[in-house]
Amino acid sequence: MKPRVAIFDFASCEGCELQIVNLEEKLLDLIDIVDVVSFREAMKEHSNDYDIALIEGSIMRPMDEERIKKIRERAKVLIAIGACACLGGVNKLRNEWPVEEVKKEVYGDAPLEGNKFFDVFPTKAVDEVVKVDFYIPGCPIDRNEFAKVITAVALGRKPRLPTYPVCVECKKRENICVFELGQFCLGPITRAGCNAICPSFQDGCEGCRGFLDDAKMDAQKDVLRKYGVTVDQMMKKFNFYNYRKGVL
Amino acid sequence: MASDLNVTVKHLTRVEGHGNIYFNAKAGKVEKVLWEVDEAPRFFEAMVRGKSYSYLSHITSRICGICSIGHSLASLKATEAAMGVRISEQTELLRRLALHGENLQSHSLHVGYLAAPDLFGAPSVVPMVKTHLDAVGKIVAVHRLANRLSDVTCGRTTHPITLTVGGFTKVPSEEDLLSAKKECEKNIEVTRSLAKDILSVKDKIPDFWRETEFIALVNDKHYAFYDGKIGSTDGGTYPVSDYLKVTNEYFAPQSTAKYAKHKRASYMASALSRLNLNYEQLTDGAKEVAEMFGLKPVCHNPYMNTIAQLVEIMHSLEDSIDLVDKVIGMGLEEEEFEVEVRPGRGVGAVEVPRGILFHDYTIDEVGNCVKANCIIPTNQNHGNIQQDMEAMAPKLVNMPEKDIELRLEMLVRAYDPCISCSTHYLKVNFI
Repeated sequence: MKPRVAIFDFASCEGCELQIVNLEEKLLDLIDIVDVVSFREAMKEHSNDYDIALIEGSIMRPMDEERIKKIRERAKVLIAIGACACLGGVNKLRNEWPVEEVKKEVYGDAPLEGNKFFDVFPTKAVDEVVKVDFYIPGCPIDRNEFAKVITAVALGRKPRLPTYPVCVECKKRENICVFELGQFCLGPITRAGCNAICPSFQDGCEGCRGFLDDAKMDAQKDVLRKYGVTVDQMMKKFNFYNYRKGVL
Repeated sequence: MASDLNVTVKHLTRVEGHGNIYFNAKAGKVEKVLWEVDEAPRFFEAMVRGKSYSYLSHITSRICGICSIGHSLASLKATEAAMGVRISEQTELLRRLALHGENLQSHSLHVGYLAAPDLFGAPSVVPMVKTHLDAVGKIVAVHRLANRLSDVTCGRTTHPITLTVGGFTKVPSEEDLLSAKKECEKNIEVTRSLAKDILSVKDKIPDFWRETEFIALVNDKHYAFYDGKIGSTDGGTYPVSDYLKVTNEYFAPQSTAKYAKHKRASYMASALSRLNLNYEQLTDGAKEVAEMFGLKPVCHNPYMNTIAQLVEIMHSLEDSIDLVDKVIGMGLEEEEFEVEVRPGRGVGAVEVPRGILFHDYTIDEVGNCVKANCIIPTNQNHGNIQQDMEAMAPKLVNMPEKDIELRLEMLVRAYDPCISCSTHYLKVNFI
């Protein structure tokens, strides 16, 4: 029997789910090896009986925490997709301030007390709440990598992500280093797999795929100092997707 | 026949984001009809504080995966207005082309994958692959071209890379632009044929009419997407900088999204609003599609928004061809541009697939954002959805529950809400 896949979204832009739709015909090939039983953004059909759960988005509220725990109980394999689920992503940028302050900035004096929709805690990545088996990184995810990981999991193999930095892919594409263009880039410490897409369009890597487990942080900081980047600029760039993971 | 009805749709499907519908009636009398938004709030306006002007469009594009190009552009325009940055004609033409890429992408997704299943009596597009393979093929063709046009102009389908304050990090190549143009030309016939498929199920579009106000950008020169003043079908135009006088946001307790109202209890921002205000500026091919469906301004049937989107697919295809010719005719080149940091406040408005979008930033003397406000089309529409439901409800009480549910779901889908934008879900709750 084909593995049954369900797709769920939490706090996110749903851009990663959109990349699944964007597979177009390739999606039909994937449907040959898995059964999609729940995908709220694209289907009315829904079932709670699934093997593989794909999670997009960050966890922000007790009601979300309860929901993700139920999903974890039902799923044999849980895969986090996209920066919001894998890292907390841009959603963690608000963790710089207390929750009450952030609510007041956006909703002013609106009476939010006791409203469960606004019962918010500091943003968490999915693995801060439940066990995650595999990750598909990126903001947004790369659709071809998505297809590869799902195929591997459906066939019972362990999917592998690159263990080298974005710089490797960037060099292969013979790009001019964006540092030489006066920008700065997190390519030296960020996990490859995006084919260095941002530096290829002459925009420095923002680290959306997360830092490598053995990232050479000191070397990165030396490079940044060499190009005259201030600590404040560095921290803002490090925090973009990897809030407080690039502590100086 | 007077009866008791309890309809609840939790986590409405085939929409972007999370919302719920509640409907109940006792002895044939409607007691409650409610549109509820329970998307997790994400607080973008708070998180951009203290960030450099050069990051703002990259952060705020993450408000929404479907309209990330529009958010980027509204963000860039607000930043540029705040700092007094001017852009070249080439940049403006390429940005308008990028916006067509997104409009085609989002409209083909909505018309084809999200709304069409209701018209063809299917729960999703998946079974339609078996029953209506030909129509699905056309939708996939338009959607693929749209993604290609976005890739070419922005470097990526979702979350643009090349769009930046003052210009482009890298200008698309002439070769890529011409290949995208050729795809647009091919898809004109495909869209005409798709329009005929949808015309064959036109009777499935509910006949519902409620007079409301329509708000969209208007522009003397062309059908407004990228630039213009704020226009209203109730009369008057307003400069973009006066947007707060139009949107008048307020907090509704059943929602994590804010609501908006202008001259009436609510208004609509949408493709239908644009068409109602700017019909004469549509391309000839687009007008032909509108005529096929008898869609004329001012149309007060919100369900016809899906058809207005179909009309705009044709418009975006034809106008993209013109834009490519224009930008190449000017002599496409990489442009040097410098951005000088200046403090100030600026508002940017663009028409995104679901309607008018505003970003408003205050930038300090070192180029960091100190205050932000983003008003998203879906927010502006929540109030109008509620008003439509209230007007429609008394006519629904004699229908079977599953028909009521479909009618209300189709209404919300017609607005094509982008709820993560406005902060996510459609559930109909018959309580």
